[in-house]
Amino acid sequence: MGERIHDIWVYLATTPLLGLTVTLAAYLFGDWVYRRAHQQPLLNPVLLAVALLVALLSVTGTPYQTYFEGAQFVHFLLGPATVALAVPLYFNLPKLKRLWLPLLGGLLAGSLTAVVSAVGIAWLLGAPPATLLSLAPKSVTAPVAMGIAERLGGLPSLTAILVVATGILGAALGPLVLDALRVRDPAVRGFAIGVAAHGIGTARAFQESEQAGAFSGLGMGLNILATALLLPLLVGLLGL
Amino acid sequence: MLRSLTILLSFQLAGEVLSQALALPIPGPVIGMALLLAALVSPRLRSETFRHSVQQLLKHLSLLFVPAGVGVMLHARRVGEEWLPIAAALVLSTLLAIAVGALTMSWLARRVRAPE
Repeated sequence: MGERIHDIWVYLATTPLLGLTVTLAAYLFGDWVYRRAHQQPLLNPVLLAVALLVALLSVTGTPYQTYFEGAQFVHFLLGPATVALAVPLYFNLPKLKRLWLPLLGGLLAGSLTAVVSAVGIAWLLGAPPATLLSLAPKSVTAPVAMGIAERLGGLPSLTAILVVATGILGAALGPLVLDALRVRDPAVRGFAIGVAAHGIGTARAFQESEQAGAFSGLGMGLNILATALLLPLLVGLLGL
Repeated sequence: MLRSLTILLSFQLAGEVLSQALALPIPGPVIGMALLLAALVSPRLRSETFRHSVQQLLKHLSLLFVPAGVGVMLHARRVGEEWLPIAAALVLSTLLAIAVGALTMSWLARRVRAPE
C-alpha cells in the first residue's frame, strides 16, 4: 500500500495538475479565512496561500521548479488580466480627463517615494547592491518588475517576492494609512494604492468600490511607465 | 468567456509584438492594455458579456500573484540574512509611497477644483 501511494505521488509530482490544484485550493482557503476574519488586513489571502504552499512544498520536499510547472498556468493569466484593466479604466475616463494634473502629480510623487525610500532605507541598513537593485522596482507589477530588475543587474526571482510582499503590505496597510490621513475620495485612495502596491493593491481597492479599483488599475498601469522610464536614470544618478 | 479571453489574449499578443518589434522598454501586456483602451470606443467591444467576464477575472487578481510569491523559497537564505533591511524598506516605503502619493494628488485636486 505504502509502495502504491509512493508510486502515485511520483506520478503526480511530474504532472502540472498537482501544482495547479494546490495553488487554487490554497488561495480559496486563504480567501475563506480572510472573509471569516471580517477581512482582517493581516490575514491577506495571498499571504496565507503563499505560507501554506511554502509549508506544503517544504514538508514534501518538492522543489519550487516542479511546483511552478503547474502554477505557471495561474502565473500566465497576469498578462491577460493586465490587458483587462483597460475595461474599468474606460468606464472612468470622464473623471480621468478632469483629474489629469492631480493624477500626474500623484504618480510622480508616489513612484519616486517608493523607489527612493526603499533603496535608501535598505542601503542605510547595509543591504548589498544586488538586493538594492532587486528592491528598486518592487512597486511595479511582478512580470514587469522582474524585467526591469534583470536589466538593472538585480535578481529577478528575488524581485518577484519583494513585489508580492509590497502588494500584500499595500493592500493590508494602505487603507489604514489613508483613513488616518482622512483621504476619502475613492479616486485618490485607489490611485495611491495602485501606484504603490500594483495588482494586489488593486484587488483590495476593487473591494472598496469599482471606482477605487479602476483608479488603482490606472495607477498600477501608469507606474509601470513611470518606473520603466525613470528607474534607469535614477540608478545612474545614485551610482548603483 | 471564451470570446472574452480570446479578445484579451489578442490584445496582449499585439502588445507583445509591438514591444518586441519597436524594442520598447514597456512590456507587452501594458501596451495591450493601452490598445484595448483605445479600441473600447467601439461599442461592439463594450458588450455586457465582455464587461462581465473581465469583472470575473479581475475579482481574483491577487490569486495570480501566488505562484511568484511561493518563489520566496528560492531566496530563503538571502531573506534570512538580510531580513531587517528588506522588511524595513518594504514596510516604510510602501506606507510612505501611499501617503505621499495620496496627499500630493488630493492637494492638486483641490487646486484644480478651486483655482486661486
